[in-house]
Amino acid sequence: MDAALQDLGEIIAISLPDCVTSTEVVCGELVVHANRDSIIKTLTFLRDDANCHFKQLVDLCGVDYPEREERFDVVYHMLSMTHNTRVRIKVRTDEDTPVPSVVELFSTAGWFERETWDMFGVYFSNNPDLRRLLTDYGFEGHPLRKDFPLSGYVELHYNDELKRVVYTPIKMTQEYRSFDFLSPWEGVQKEMPVEAVADDNSDEGAS
Amino acid sequence: MAQTEIKNYNINFGPQHPAAHGVLRMVLEMDGEVVDRADPHIGLLHRGTEKLIENKIYLQSVPYFDRLDYASPQNQEHAFVLGIEKLLGITAPLRGQYIRVLYAEIGRILNHIMNVTSYAIDVGAMTPMLWGFEEREHMMEFCERACGARMHMAYFRPGGVAFDITDELADDIGIWAERFPNFLDDMETLLTGNRIFKQRTVDIGVVTPEQALDWGFTGPNLRASGFAWDLRKSQPYDCYDKIDFDIPVSQMGDCYDRYLIRVAEMRESIKIIKQCLNQMTHGPVKVEDNKISPPKRDGMKENMESLIHHFKLFSEGFHVPAGETYTAVEAPKGEFAVYLISDGTNKPYRCKIRPPGYVHLQAMEMLSKGHMLADVVANIGSIDIVFGEIDR
Repeated sequence: MDAALQDLGEIIAISLPDCVTSTEVVCGELVVHANRDSIIKTLTFLRDDANCHFKQLVDLCGVDYPEREERFDVVYHMLSMTHNTRVRIKVRTDEDTPVPSVVELFSTAGWFERETWDMFGVYFSNNPDLRRLLTDYGFEGHPLRKDFPLSGYVELHYNDELKRVVYTPIKMTQEYRSFDFLSPWEGVQKEMPVEAVADDNSDEGAS
Repeated sequence: MAQTEIKNYNINFGPQHPAAHGVLRMVLEMDGEVVDRADPHIGLLHRGTEKLIENKIYLQSVPYFDRLDYASPQNQEHAFVLGIEKLLGITAPLRGQYIRVLYAEIGRILNHIMNVTSYAIDVGAMTPMLWGFEEREHMMEFCERACGARMHMAYFRPGGVAFDITDELADDIGIWAERFPNFLDDMETLLTGNRIFKQRTVDIGVVTPEQALDWGFTGPNLRASGFAWDLRKSQPYDCYDKIDFDIPVSQMGDCYDRYLIRVAEMRESIKIIKQCLNQMTHGPVKVEDNKISPPKRDGMKENMESLIHHFKLFSEGFHVPAGETYTAVEAPKGEFAVYLISDGTNKPYRCKIRPPGYVHLQAMEMLSKGHMLADVVANIGSIDIVFGEIDR
C-alpha cells in the first residue's frame, strides 16, 4: 500500500514540477505539499488525470502554527473512488496572503472555505461568498487560532431594559484553570516508565 | 386587465420551524411559490467543539463526539477512536472490534429510524414516528445495559471499548434483531407504496451523479445517485471485512430513493448485527497495555502499579506520537472523518471534524432551486441533517 502511494506521489510530483514542492507518505497516507498560487492547477490535475481521478473534495480545513513565518496550513483532502485512494494536499499561507479559491472546481469547497476564513482568518481569493459561517453575526476574531483564548472575549446575557440579548466583555468569577498535567520528561524517551514521573508537576488545582 | 409586477420576496425558514430538523435558519428567495435562491445560515448551535478538543486530553474528548450527531453517537466515537489507534499504532482485540461494529450498526439503525420516521412526519405521515420511537427505545436500552447511558455512550475507547457486554445482553439483542424486520415491514406498508408519500418525494430534489461528486455527497445520499461506494466495504475498518453484507444502491437520486436506501440499509444492519453476535468469541475487549487502557478495578485495590497507572491515565492521559491522520468511517449520514494532528503530547494539536451533514446541507440551493416551498421541507428531511454535527 505504502509503495503504491509512494509511486503515485512520484507521478504527481513529476507531472506537476512547478506546482508540487514535495510528496511524502505519513502514517500510510499520501501528502502532497503544493505551492499556494498553483493550487487550482494541482487540484485540476488530481481530479482529471487517469492515474488520480480524485473526483471528490471531501474536506478542506486550516491548521495554525503560530511560530512559523507563514503560519497557516490549508489542507485539502481528496478521495478517488476509482482507485480507492485518498490524498492530502497542503499549502501554506499567512494572515494577509489569499489562497486561490477552488469553488470553480468543487462546489463543495464553498462552505469549507467560508469556515476556514471564519475560524482562522485565511483569505480565499475569488470565493463568491466569503462570509462568516459558524460564528454569530457580527463576531470578531478567529476562534481556532492558537492565540485566541478558549473562553473568548465576550459573553452574552439578556438585558431586561433593552429587552434583547447583549454582548459584554467576559467577566470570569474564577480564573480559567488549565489543567496541564503534562510531565516534562515524557515523550523524550519512549521506554521510560510512567511510574517514575507520577509525582511531578500536577500541582495546581489537581485535587 | 392591468398587469401587475410580481416581485421576488424573501422568507425566513426557521430557526424555530419544526421541519427544519433543528436550528436551521434558511433565507429563501421566492418567486411566487417557487424557490429562487436558498441560503442556509448555520452556526446557531456552534459550541466550539474543535477548540475544546484541543484543550482536553484524548480520552476526555470522546464524549464530545457523542454530542455531534446525537442521533447516532456511536459512529462518531468510532472515527475518533480509530484515528487515535492509528496514531498510536495499536488495534483493538477482536471481541472489542465486534462489539464496536455491533454498536455502530445499532447506531445506524437508531439514526435511520429517526430520519425516516421524522421525514414521514415532514411530508404528512404521523404513525411511523410513533412506532419507530418504540424500537429506538429498545435499542437505547441495549446501549444503557452496555455502558449506563442511553444516548451519549462514551463507550468506544482508544484500544477497544470501555466494558465487556454480558451474554444475556447479546442474547437479548439477538432476539430483538429477529423481531425488528417486522417493524420495518409494517413501516413500509405505511410509506413505501403510499400515494401521498410518493407524490411528495418521487422526482423531488434529484441529484445527478455529477452533482453528487461536485457537491461532495457521501453515504446514502451518494448511493441514491448510483454510486456503489461504502467505506465499510471499500476501506474496511475494525472487523467489517469479516462480515458479509450488501450495499443498497439506487439510480434516480431523488428524495424517494434516499428513503428507500435508508430502509434497505436498516435490513443490512440487522444482517451485520446477527453476524457479529454469531462470530463473537470471548476474550479481552480492550488492549491489555495499561499505558493506554485503564487497569482492572480489582487490580487497583491491591496493586500499587495499577493504581498509579489509573491515576496517570485519568490525569495526564496517554501520549500520542507525533503524526497526522485522516480517518473516516461510514457514519449513517455519510463519511464522517476526523483529521487528527498530534504533536506528541497528551492533547491533540488539531482535530478537524468532517461532518457529512454539513456538506449535504450546503447543497440545499442546488436541490431546492425551482421547486415549491413545500418541497424544501422534503429535501431537508431526505438529506438527513442533524445540527449537532453541522455546527459542531
